[in-house]
Amino acid sequence: MAAYLSIENVGIAFTGDKGTFRALDDVVLRIDKGEFVSIIGHSGCGKSTLLNIVAGLLQATEGGVLLEGREVDTPGPDRAVVFQNHSLLPWLSVYDNVRMAVDKVHGKTKSKAERHDWTLHNLSLVRMDAAKDKKPGEISGGMKQRVGIARALAMEPKVLLLDEPFGALDALTRAHLQDSLMEIHGRLGNTVIMITHDVDESVLLSDRIVMMTNGPAARIGQILDIDLPRPRSRVELADNPHFNHLRAEVLRFLHGHSPARAA
Amino acid sequence: MTMVSKIAEAKPDMAQVTPYKPAGQPSAAVKKAREIASRVLPPVLGLAVLLGIWQLACSGPNALLPGPIKVVQSTWPLIADPFFDHGGVDKGLFWHLFASLKRVAMGFALSSVAGILLGVLVGQSTLAFRALDPIFQVLRTVPPLAWLPISLAAFRQADPSAIFVIFITSIWPIILNTAVGVRNIPQDYRNVALVLRLSPIEFFFKIVIPATVPYIFTGLKIGIGLSWLAIIAAEMLIGGVGIGFFIWDAWNSSLMSEIILALVYVGLVGFMLDRVITVIGKMLSN
Repeated sequence: MAAYLSIENVGIAFTGDKGTFRALDDVVLRIDKGEFVSIIGHSGCGKSTLLNIVAGLLQATEGGVLLEGREVDTPGPDRAVVFQNHSLLPWLSVYDNVRMAVDKVHGKTKSKAERHDWTLHNLSLVRMDAAKDKKPGEISGGMKQRVGIARALAMEPKVLLLDEPFGALDALTRAHLQDSLMEIHGRLGNTVIMITHDVDESVLLSDRIVMMTNGPAARIGQILDIDLPRPRSRVELADNPHFNHLRAEVLRFLHGHSPARAA
Repeated sequence: MTMVSKIAEAKPDMAQVTPYKPAGQPSAAVKKAREIASRVLPPVLGLAVLLGIWQLACSGPNALLPGPIKVVQSTWPLIADPFFDHGGVDKGLFWHLFASLKRVAMGFALSSVAGILLGVLVGQSTLAFRALDPIFQVLRTVPPLAWLPISLAAFRQADPSAIFVIFITSIWPIILNTAVGVRNIPQDYRNVALVLRLSPIEFFFKIVIPATVPYIFTGLKIGIGLSWLAIIAAEMLIGGVGIGFFIWDAWNSSLMSEIILALVYVGLVGFMLDRVITVIGKMLSN
């Protein structure tokens, strides 16, 4: 059976002033519907490049991406992205940032009142309905990222792409948002690809962790199945031996491929 | 559980604590008055000193220029009634300023629209930038009045020529600043537009314009200043009703006081134009 989303032998090379730089090489990954996949690796390993290829923001030099059997090589709302630095439009309110996406994606299928309700519904999913009239400049980094997630969810994407969504947040806020994301994923069953460099985050949230080798010409080094039962609780998992074992696996991989050792 | 509630009870009620206020502090009204005085007094003093020096310098029997008191005395009819109209160019200062402002408004409106559109084009397209930027860089250094003969030859009428001079003078900073603004649109906003599949027109109105407003208004502010500089000079040459011609006419009649009065008005109007653009820009970027 064909996978829901399949990344087929993707490679990409950038041509710059210093010649050609090969960022990714022969990446093969198949993701099922409803699956939560994390991609982890050291910075500069091309994991964000891979996400941008899936999003269609970058074009692969070789290979391609198939979503439900169809090739996707341009960006679109069926692969909504939550960017690392939230990228909310600062001149629009929280509500209008989400509403803009709702109007664009559901403008033909939903009435005005339905679009209003849908906007509020998605803001309440991330518990940002109370701050809907605030401008992005007036809310905290964690709240901005919540709005970014609401905007992406409101597009009802087939695949939700998260590019180090919590990387710029403090540890407590990050934990809150991870719990929110886990709850939303549990409720809606979205297919998610998340880029991260946080080992705990990847083990806690994912069904599978894709570990990337270091660039240049990064490729998939290892794929780890996270067979922890859901719903998961970070507190209970803290002294779960299997959780710690999986965590150690990821750490071992990353340590074995640390840039310092490779050099 | 009981421990927690006891601690909560032991906490003092914060609402009942009155803020510490030492005796002998000035009241709020006095503070406010001092605050206002500290802002109003320095500019008033500065102006008084300047007028004083001017009065002293021009008070001798052989002074070439009138002092401030003499200026006010001899131009009092003009100051008192800016609205008279005796036909021809014999009009009150209001009408001269109004005619100049009308030309600036038309030229500047045209250059704003054309400048923003060209700026977006040059900022968005590398090809357009390479093709047009060298031309812009050379043309923008041409002084306003150098355009006047060409424009008189092309339009054969005073008013359109003056408006063209305004247009061509003020368009460059608008183009260049808008282009910088467009080039500085964060890649994040572009990615949002790409993921949402915004059409070029939606991208222009929903992303480009709002993201570039501060840059556009920097350009508009420089542009309106240049317009006002250019119109005074252009009117001196083309004649007709207008504050520039008023100054030139006064010079030909050796009415120094009238020239000085007109300069004060020119300065005040220029300042006002600058403030208006700044205020609109602030309103739009919030």
